[in-house]
Amino acid sequence: MNAPVKPSKLIKGATGDWEMVIGLEIHAQVNSHAKLFSGSSTEFGGAPNSHVSLVDAAMPGMLPVINEECVKQAVRTGLGLNAQINRRSTFDRKNYFYPDLPQGYQISQYKSPIVGEGEVTIELADGETATVGIERLHLEQDAGKLVHDRNPSSTSVDLNRSGVALMEIVSKPDMRSSEQAQAYVSKLRTILRYLGTCDGDMEKGNLRADCNVSVRKPGDPLGTRCEIKNVNSIRFIGQAIDYEARRQIGILEDGGSIDQETRLYDPNKGETRSMRSKEEAHDYRYFPDPDLLPLEFSEDYVAALKAELPELPDEKKARFISAFGLSAYDAAVLVVERESAEFFETTLAGLADKARDGKLAANWVINELFGRLNKEGQDIASSPVSAAQMAAIIDLIGAGVISGKIAKDLFEIVWTEGGDPRALVEERGMKQVTDTGAIEKVVDDIIAANPDKVAQAQAKPALMGWFVGQVMKSSGGKANPQVVNDLLKSKLGI
Amino acid sequence: MSVDAATVRRIAHLARIAVTDAEVPHLQGELNAMLAFVEQLQEVNVDGVEPMTSVMPMEMKKRADVVNDGEIVDAVTANAPESEDHFFLVPKVVE
Repeated sequence: MNAPVKPSKLIKGATGDWEMVIGLEIHAQVNSHAKLFSGSSTEFGGAPNSHVSLVDAAMPGMLPVINEECVKQAVRTGLGLNAQINRRSTFDRKNYFYPDLPQGYQISQYKSPIVGEGEVTIELADGETATVGIERLHLEQDAGKLVHDRNPSSTSVDLNRSGVALMEIVSKPDMRSSEQAQAYVSKLRTILRYLGTCDGDMEKGNLRADCNVSVRKPGDPLGTRCEIKNVNSIRFIGQAIDYEARRQIGILEDGGSIDQETRLYDPNKGETRSMRSKEEAHDYRYFPDPDLLPLEFSEDYVAALKAELPELPDEKKARFISAFGLSAYDAAVLVVERESAEFFETTLAGLADKARDGKLAANWVINELFGRLNKEGQDIASSPVSAAQMAAIIDLIGAGVISGKIAKDLFEIVWTEGGDPRALVEERGMKQVTDTGAIEKVVDDIIAANPDKVAQAQAKPALMGWFVGQVMKSSGGKANPQVVNDLLKSKLGI
Repeated sequence: MSVDAATVRRIAHLARIAVTDAEVPHLQGELNAMLAFVEQLQEVNVDGVEPMTSVMPMEMKKRADVVNDGEIVDAVTANAPESEDHFFLVPKVVE
């Protein structure tokens, strides 16, 4: 992504415009039952040190044995990122001493990662799209959790998370604004959730970002970067990057220079601060892990995983647009969450005439259902209206059995009381009247009773609306609006 | 390649091993002796030779994604110098 940066993305400084350069390292917890190198559970929130085996606790003599499902998940993710899959990769030890890491090293992939270069297409609010390059994806172990406020004089260590598989996904320094960085994380999260390789739950820390930020004058070589560690919400990623870029610009414009360092974002103060002093700068002394052979698999292995991949959000969006004539915006809204897309697809599958009513279904799912769910603070999984009920309502509208207005009443009944929409329409007499004869009688009565209005409407056709209102009122809203319009036009001669 | 006294102290610090000044010369000698052996190995020309990862060519053993370990908290914490409510306790570390 080396296109010239839009002027609107630049930051105004005292000495001219500045450009941000952002690269992200995303740590995504792999969806698996057991840990990367042991048979203990990955379940969140167990009692302290319950999901810990002697391997995870790094007892002497314990040997790691890789969980094959974690390997598959990494390959699936690589395929979903259009990335090169490396059929031979190796594990290395990243050495550092900290109480959350009982081995004294993290098993990671340094020299030869399982996945190489790929790319992700992002979309911004203004409709602009951009491509962000992926540098690599590798498998590694998560660390344990330290609790500092349980005991007045000691730090408490819980190793439940120790050894859980992570995918570290490293982007190229391709982003030029905090919005792009946020769009990238959202898109990556959507892709991972479609693939089922990570649940993307940022609140539980299952997806977190290290943000590398530097600034430069447009066209200059890259500036010195700072890394903001472990930012765990998309909103904070935006705030942390904006703060950090402005901090760096302030230093540079005052004639200072940037120290390459690791920083932390404090959401309460809205600022980043230095995490470690220079002397503590990590020297990880990587070397190949002698406990693990190279990870190798065949082309067929990759092909089999590729064949099982679900349809991904970009493909799904394109299909919604081409097959059902949805707008790009509506299609994007429907595909952003896998559950929403599945609900829409199930609704489509229940329709009598998909080609005719697909677009109508999208409008109803987005505006009526998602709108209502949002208002009530519910999500699609707890929707009181099922996809089958939604399809029935849309069928009834599409076939002209009920009007759009009546359909909203019907939706309300289904939402609060439940029931089969088709039966409800019958039982409660909500059917639209399309019988021209019956409507004609009503139209004739109203015309006969209001000669003055007839004269007015003939002089000023816009006043026909009054007649439409009267007819709808006397039919209880059930007259087919198109039939009413046509009849009135011919009877009033306008 | 050889290490000086400062490098010995730095490596000890990275590993959080307390080394007294009196121990440094001895450790420096030991490390340099080991590095001398490695230096000898460097003399062998390995151009075009794949790194050997095992004596017998074999595939890495893999496990199925099944939970069959853990839930042994008493065993895991049994040898901890200090523990409390099944947490390990370590000297206070706060960023």
